[in-house]
Amino acid sequence: MTTTATPTQSASDAQVANYNPKSESSTAKRAKSALFHVVAIALTAVVLYPGLWMIASSFKPNAEIGGTNTSLWSSNFSFDNFVTAMDGIGGVSTLQFFTNSLILAVGAVVGTILSASVSAYAFARIKFPGRSVFFGMMIATLLLPFHVVIIPQYIVFQQLGLVDTYVPLLIGKFLAADAFFVFLMVQFMRNLPGELDEAARIDGAGHVRIFTSIMLPLMKPALISTSIFSFIWSWNDFLGPLLYLNTPEKYPLPLALRLFVDQTQSSDYGAMIAMSVLALLPVLIFFLVFQRYIVEGVSTQGLKG
Amino acid sequence: MTQSPTLSRRSAHSDSTLPRKSRQRGADARAGYTFLLPWLLGFIVLTLGPMISSLYLSFTNYNLFDPPKWIGLDNYTTMFQDERFLQSVGVTVGYVVFGTPLKLAAALAVAMLLNSARKGQGFYRSAFYAPSLIGASVSIAIVWKAMFGDSGPVDQGLSFFGINIGGWVGNPSMTMPMFILLTVWQFGAPMVIFLAGLKQIPADLYEAASMDGAGPVRKFFNITWPMLSPVVFFNLLMETIHAFQIFSSAYIISNGEGGPAGSTLFYTLYLYLRGFSDFRMGYASAMAWLLLIVVGILTLIIFRTSKSWVHYSGDAK
Repeated sequence: MTTTATPTQSASDAQVANYNPKSESSTAKRAKSALFHVVAIALTAVVLYPGLWMIASSFKPNAEIGGTNTSLWSSNFSFDNFVTAMDGIGGVSTLQFFTNSLILAVGAVVGTILSASVSAYAFARIKFPGRSVFFGMMIATLLLPFHVVIIPQYIVFQQLGLVDTYVPLLIGKFLAADAFFVFLMVQFMRNLPGELDEAARIDGAGHVRIFTSIMLPLMKPALISTSIFSFIWSWNDFLGPLLYLNTPEKYPLPLALRLFVDQTQSSDYGAMIAMSVLALLPVLIFFLVFQRYIVEGVSTQGLKG
Repeated sequence: MTQSPTLSRRSAHSDSTLPRKSRQRGADARAGYTFLLPWLLGFIVLTLGPMISSLYLSFTNYNLFDPPKWIGLDNYTTMFQDERFLQSVGVTVGYVVFGTPLKLAAALAVAMLLNSARKGQGFYRSAFYAPSLIGASVSIAIVWKAMFGDSGPVDQGLSFFGINIGGWVGNPSMTMPMFILLTVWQFGAPMVIFLAGLKQIPADLYEAASMDGAGPVRKFFNITWPMLSPVVFFNLLMETIHAFQIFSSAYIISNGEGGPAGSTLFYTLYLYLRGFSDFRMGYASAMAWLLLIVVGILTLIIFRTSKSWVHYSGDAK
C-alpha cells in the first residue's frame, strides 16, 4: 500500500502539469494527460480500497476474511452473511432497525427543512432590531463543541421522562439547532435579487406570501442540499442514539451494529461486515444518485464561510 | 449555488436602502421575530440554557440522582491530577496536531493534481469525496478495525514490502497512526473546497508568471498559496474544531473503553465515560467547558494570526 507516498508524489505532478503554455506540442500534452490519469487512478484505487474490501468481505465466508487472504475476489461468494445479518440481534430484526433509522432520518429532514428555511428567511430578508446580534450567535454555534450542551440536555430530557423516546433526537431538528443549514440557506437567499421582494411588496404581498410563493420555489437547490445532508447525518448519527435510547426495539442501525459487535464478540465476522454494508447502503445510493448536488454543495458552502 | 464568493460578499446586504415608514418597521420587527421563532427557541432551550447550566454544574458534584453539591473549582483542579484525563488530552492533541495538517496537505496536493486535468475531473472528485461522507460512521469504524487488525489486509499488504507491524488495533503505539490514517483518508471534503478555490484563481496570473520565467515552486508560493489562503484558513479552522470532537470511531474501535493502554482514550470519549457511565456529571461538565475554552482560544488564535497570512482579494499585495 502506498497510502502515504502517493499524495506527495501527486503534489509535484500537479505543479509540473499545471498551466502548460498553449504553444506546447500535442504529444507532450497527451503524455501529461496520460501521466495524470495513471496517478489519479492509482490514488482512486487506494481511496476506494476500504470500501471495496468491505463489500467483497461481506460476500465471503468467515474463513476467507482477513488472514492471509488479501484478494478481493473469492470463488466462494455467497449471500449467506446477509441472510445472517438480516436476522438482526437481541431478538430484533434488521428490518426493524432499518425502519427506526428511516423514521429518524425522515423526521430530521422534515424538521430541518421547515425550521431552517423559516429562520433563514428572517435572517436574510427581514430587517429587525437585534438581527445582526442573533446572526452572530448563530455563527458562533457553528463552532461550538456539541459536548458542552449534552449533559444538561440529557438531564432535562431525563426529568421530563423523554429518555428512550425519539423526542430528544428530533426536537433539535424542528428548532433549527443545526446552524449549518440555517447558514447555508441564509447565504443562498442573500444571493437572490432584492427586487423580487420589493416588487411583491408593492403588489401588497406580506412576508408569508413572499416566503411561500417567491423564496421557497427559488430555494430548491438549497433545500435539496439540506435534505440530503440532514438525511445522511441523521442516518450515521451514533452519539445521539447512544445517549438516549435503551431498548433495542428502538435502535437505529448504528446502535444495532454496536450491539451486534458486543454480543457476537466479533466471532461472526462476515455477518458483522454484511450488516455494516447494509447500514451504509442508503448513504451510498444517495451518493450515487445525488453526487453532483453533494459535491457542489460542499464546494460552494465552504467558500462562502 | 454556483455564484462566486466575491459576488456573494458584494450582495450580502442587498436590502433596499429606501426610507421606510415606521409602521413598516414595526411590522418588519414583528415578522422578523415570528419567522426567527424556531431558531430562537432552539437557541435558548437547547444551546444557551444548557450552556449556562453546564457551567454551573461544572462547579458541583452531581450524579443525576442527588441534588448537585457546590464544590467550587474542585473539578477543574482534580482534573490535572487525573492521569486518565491527562492521557486523554495527550491522545487528542496528538491526533489534532498530526492528523489535521496531514489531511489538509493531502487535500491540497490532490486538489492541485485534479485542477491540472482537462478530463475526468468530476469522476475523481466524487470518488475522493466519498470517504468524507461515510468516514465517521459506525460501519467504517468496524471495517477499519478489521482491516488494521492482527494479520488483517493492511498488515498483509505491508509485509509484502517487508514491513511487519503485527496488528495495529492491539498495539498501543500503532493505534494513533491508525486513527490518523482514518482522518487522512477523509481528505475529500477539504479537497473539494480547495479545488473550488483553485478555480477562482485567474489563469492569466500564471501566464504572466510563466512569461517572467517563474517555475512551479515560485508560482505556488507567490500565486497559489496567497490566493488560496482564505480557503486554507476556512479548512484549517473547521478541520481543527472537528478533530477535537472525534467520538464514534474511537468508541467503536476501542469497544467504548479507549484501550489498549488508554491509547485511544480521546477527550470526548473520556468525557462520555465520566458523565454517562460513572455519572460524574459535574466533572464531565467541567471537561466540556475546558474543551469549549480551548477550542475558543484556538479559534481566536487562528483568526488573529490569519491577518498575517490570509490575503483577501482586493488587499494590497
